[in-house]
Amino acid sequence: MAIETKHEIFPKNPKKSYGLVELVRGTSPITDKEPETTVFTWPNLLFIELIAILLSSVILIGLSMYSGAPLEEMASPDTTPNPMKAPWYFLGLQELLVFFDPWLAGVVLPTFIIVGLILVPYIDINPKGVGEYNYTNRKFAVWNFAFGLGLWYIMIIVGVYMRGLDWQWYWPWDDWEAHKPPSGVSLIDYSVILTQWGLSKAAAQGIAYGTLIGYFVIGMTIPFIFFRKFYNALGFVRYNLTMFLFLTQMGVPIKIVLRLVFNIKYLLVTPFFKI
Amino acid sequence: MADFFENLKNKIVETQVWKSIFRHGYPDTDTNRALVMFTNVLLHLHPVKVRKSALRIRYTWCLGGLTFFMFILLTITGVFLMFYYVPDTRSAYQNIKDLQYAIYFGNLMRNLHRWGAHAMVFLVWLHMTRVFLTGAYKPPREFNWVVGVLLLVLTLLLSWTGYLLPWDQLALWAVTVGSKMAEASPVIGYSGPFGKEMGMRVDNDIRFMLLGGTVVGQSTLLRFYVLHCVGLPLLATLFLVVHFWRIRKDGFSGPL
Repeated sequence: MAIETKHEIFPKNPKKSYGLVELVRGTSPITDKEPETTVFTWPNLLFIELIAILLSSVILIGLSMYSGAPLEEMASPDTTPNPMKAPWYFLGLQELLVFFDPWLAGVVLPTFIIVGLILVPYIDINPKGVGEYNYTNRKFAVWNFAFGLGLWYIMIIVGVYMRGLDWQWYWPWDDWEAHKPPSGVSLIDYSVILTQWGLSKAAAQGIAYGTLIGYFVIGMTIPFIFFRKFYNALGFVRYNLTMFLFLTQMGVPIKIVLRLVFNIKYLLVTPFFKI
Repeated sequence: MADFFENLKNKIVETQVWKSIFRHGYPDTDTNRALVMFTNVLLHLHPVKVRKSALRIRYTWCLGGLTFFMFILLTITGVFLMFYYVPDTRSAYQNIKDLQYAIYFGNLMRNLHRWGAHAMVFLVWLHMTRVFLTGAYKPPREFNWVVGVLLLVLTLLLSWTGYLLPWDQLALWAVTVGSKMAEASPVIGYSGPFGKEMGMRVDNDIRFMLLGGTVVGQSTLLRFYVLHCVGLPLLATLFLVVHFWRIRKDGFSGPL
């Protein structure tokens, strides 16, 4: 036979709140902020969501009525379309193929972009600018991000609007139906240019290696010497990750300029890969 | 007359069936507004109350929510398309033609799927830009940014795998270009740096795995179909759940 223990139950006093009370760390109570700055999700947030959904649906249905998804001829391995363009969001990568080997343009650089993005919250340790559009306190971060994003968008715009037959440069006013004569420019490897200046092959290859390694070494060293605060704030690991990603990002437009202005095909040629 | 409807409503609302489904009245009182968030499985990812600052359009631009809506829209229109589409190189192209010209609302579904996909890619980028500019990835939200980047990658992969399905010229050659790039991967690709040294041949490297062969053909179409309709959406759903759960747990990043 179980023995029932009797608990004494006090009647509920309607004048008392019976709320949970907790001690928290802090210098002042936040009575001014919570909960007065909050509102009920229904209807305040849900109706905004509903309006956003309705508006975007209207826009999408309008677009679908006005302009349809393209469908070309049936797939055929025998005829290659010219130019062959990927969907617009991949045209940045396809544009990179003009300037880099496929393993760099298609695999390594996208991997760096993704890894770099993943690392962003771990290498950006500036505590300022959370929850607000803040430029003054995080200039380097904002500029760096804007540069990468801008580069990406420029490549896409070039790929969509400036590339025609044979992936040649076509201005909007050019005749897009006609083939352009192949450019008279021939691209030369950097080390070959050096041998033309009278250097031996080995020396030229050495300088090619030195240029690329030097770019990273000098790039890594300059902030270390002149902006020691930057280095100290980040610490060894974060500094090296940040600077490696930053220099690689800058290397992309540098290589593009080298090719466009100096007709340099590859900066470095090894038996295994070319950069 | 008004009394009649009032009585009818009360009769319905007080039945056992109704009460078993809805555990609260219409959310016009504070209690019911809280209960609707607690007891509705679709709404419970929201908090009961939100900060006023989180509602400012000029802070979020609704970008994350709209991206998720595109995902829903693509799932729904995609299921419609699956009723008619067979991933067979002999019929795939004709299925798309049927959708375009013969099936009621087939063209609308296809166009919505296409525009929704473009919109989703664009919205993911804009959302990421907004999160960066407002520093919303800073502690304690670092890992949710990582999940977000993975969702960006999944969005792009979903677009790429969907690209092959119409089996038109664009599809074939876009995937050919993409798989050529994969072939050039260092170490795991046949023609990439250190590929041959690692024992990669044309019939065992990453491109072969992707295509299910050495050329874009029937096995490629089936692989991409399964990835596009089942594999990647499941993965994306998993990461979306984590993404939303983290937002809920970490709180919204707006200023107090």
